[in-house]
Amino acid sequence: MSAALRRLRWSPRWLTYLVLLLAAFFFLGPVYLVVVTALKEPAAIRLSTAWHLPETWHWQSFAVAWDAFALGLRNSLVLAVTATVISALLGSLNGYVLSKWRFPGANIVFPLMLFGMFIPYQSVLIPLFTFLRDIGLYGGLGGLILTHVVYGLPITTLIFRNFYAEIPDEMLEAGKIDGAGFFGLYARIVFPLSISGFVVVIIWQFTQIWNEFLFAVTLTRRSSAPITVALAQLAGGEAVRWNLPMAGAILAAVPTLIIYIILGRYFIKGLLAGSVKG
Amino acid sequence: MRRFTRDHLTAVLMLLPSLIFLAIFVYGFIGQTVYFSLTDWGRDPAQALAVRPERAFVGFDNYVRLFTGLLESRFRQDLVNLVFFTVFFIGGSLGLGLALAMLLDRGVAGEAFFRTVFLYPFALSFVVTGTVWRWMLQPQGGVNLLPTYLGLPPGEFEWITSRQQVWRFDWNLVPSITALLVAAVLLAIGWRAWRDLRRGRAVSFLTVGIALGAWALAGGPGVELLPFPERHGFNLALIGIVVAAVWQMSGYTMALYLASLRGIPEELREAARVDGASGFQVYRHVVFPLLGPITLSAMIILGHISLKIFDLVWSMAGPDLATTSVPALLMYIRAFRANQFADGAAIAVVLLLIVATVIVPYLWTSLRGEVRR
Repeated sequence: MSAALRRLRWSPRWLTYLVLLLAAFFFLGPVYLVVVTALKEPAAIRLSTAWHLPETWHWQSFAVAWDAFALGLRNSLVLAVTATVISALLGSLNGYVLSKWRFPGANIVFPLMLFGMFIPYQSVLIPLFTFLRDIGLYGGLGGLILTHVVYGLPITTLIFRNFYAEIPDEMLEAGKIDGAGFFGLYARIVFPLSISGFVVVIIWQFTQIWNEFLFAVTLTRRSSAPITVALAQLAGGEAVRWNLPMAGAILAAVPTLIIYIILGRYFIKGLLAGSVKG
Repeated sequence: MRRFTRDHLTAVLMLLPSLIFLAIFVYGFIGQTVYFSLTDWGRDPAQALAVRPERAFVGFDNYVRLFTGLLESRFRQDLVNLVFFTVFFIGGSLGLGLALAMLLDRGVAGEAFFRTVFLYPFALSFVVTGTVWRWMLQPQGGVNLLPTYLGLPPGEFEWITSRQQVWRFDWNLVPSITALLVAAVLLAIGWRAWRDLRRGRAVSFLTVGIALGAWALAGGPGVELLPFPERHGFNLALIGIVVAAVWQMSGYTMALYLASLRGIPEELREAARVDGASGFQVYRHVVFPLLGPITLSAMIILGHISLKIFDLVWSMAGPDLATTSVPALLMYIRAFRANQFADGAAIAVVLLLIVATVIVPYLWTSLRGEVRR
């Protein structure tokens, strides 16, 4: 073992930080490259100088990208907000039923519901397409919202069910003695205690739906295409200069990144809930 | 409480709409897909997009063509791509995630910063990741330029456009290879059962394992899927896609591992150290065995993402590049570009079967434990 290597072994702290910084570069390098490319003049973007800072800061790319992506962003916002709210409310009700009103057969129904969260959506895509076409919802946002609500039910139900399992049954018993029924108990006891559950579910669903691509590309026409579809189509065209897809990628990433940075704590809870046992 | 009251009826009625929707959208649609895959829907272009298309029942013809038909070698290469992608993606994400979690677990300054940096790609869309890495991996730019900043020559690898293929094998060997892998798993289970003194169970697993292995080594090569050898292998163009996928998901495995490392009581490690275990031995004998369950969960979730991977490939390489294609992408192209709905449905069913072999046992075991509790 050489002297240098031996010294490395004796300074593990130093080595830890070096490795962590290298890893940080691996994770942040793409961000740097995207930002500088988005801010270069289209004519100044060359592969050989990809890592250089822009000589002139060209903010217009974002204006152009905004024009190109405003419709997609609006569609994504409508889609994600509507589908998130509906699937969260339904998931909360379902979780309440499955954790506090256990009925015969619940142990069979719940895994059957959960399976819906794990299927590859390709295996339902063709019937989904014909079904939406037959009921007149193909092509617009309505069909996509319905799709995301239904396939969001398993995960929202799962998270709320695990969440409500923590509420002691005695609290509900006390409410029952006071004469509260199914809805009374939900409105007075369960719902007020679910705020952080809702935060977890809303973050999870919003980011999932905002980022989703397969349903979006299959079930919408151009005028109601969400941002992911618009971005993929623009980036796929060879004629486009790289500043535009890069600015578009930033626009598409900002909403979920903001959520992640502000509410990161809940974000991690959500992804831990993604594994079946809460 | 156990009595079925009026409120119980209300509860079931509230759950019912969700159940009906899921019954239709999950099980009904899967049933329909299976049915479509057994028809000739799409072979006659005039019928493909008809509102009431005429579909003739053709049995397993579509599946037979996918696995043994002359024209379907793209599907077979896509399956091979999927296997290699899955192995490297899961291995990479688990390895990098565990390494980062172990580093952060030692208590470093700025831990919150590093955690945020490692995890943020998980909040992004695969389409954004794909767009970004498509630019990172341009052959004359991005990553390939990095060595020049250290005074080295620029990288030469062509990443996504590479046409190189390694580890080539004949498709006709797939039944034998599959049988050998299954036999290996059975033998491993049997060996553990033997060690745990569950002899009856061990004997049955070992017998089936040995028989299967013997068939693969002796009779298996006699099975011919194709009348000629067809070479498939690992397309190096996939490496770039694996890198981007690992970039996106290793923060997630880091978060999982960090949570479980923090859950290991310090006394346990302390006790091992008092017994004279070195730092490495503490990990080898105390920490790693306790990470088993979370590793399994992570493998299931990553494997499941990997089998469905579609958007990342589309946005990095485009939907039409055959070298990086996967079955999920081919299904979309077949069904919704070429209107070959029956072929698309058959590919979808193959995907579903692969996912189900992973997910059903997982759901089964994790929920069985819960019910018992």
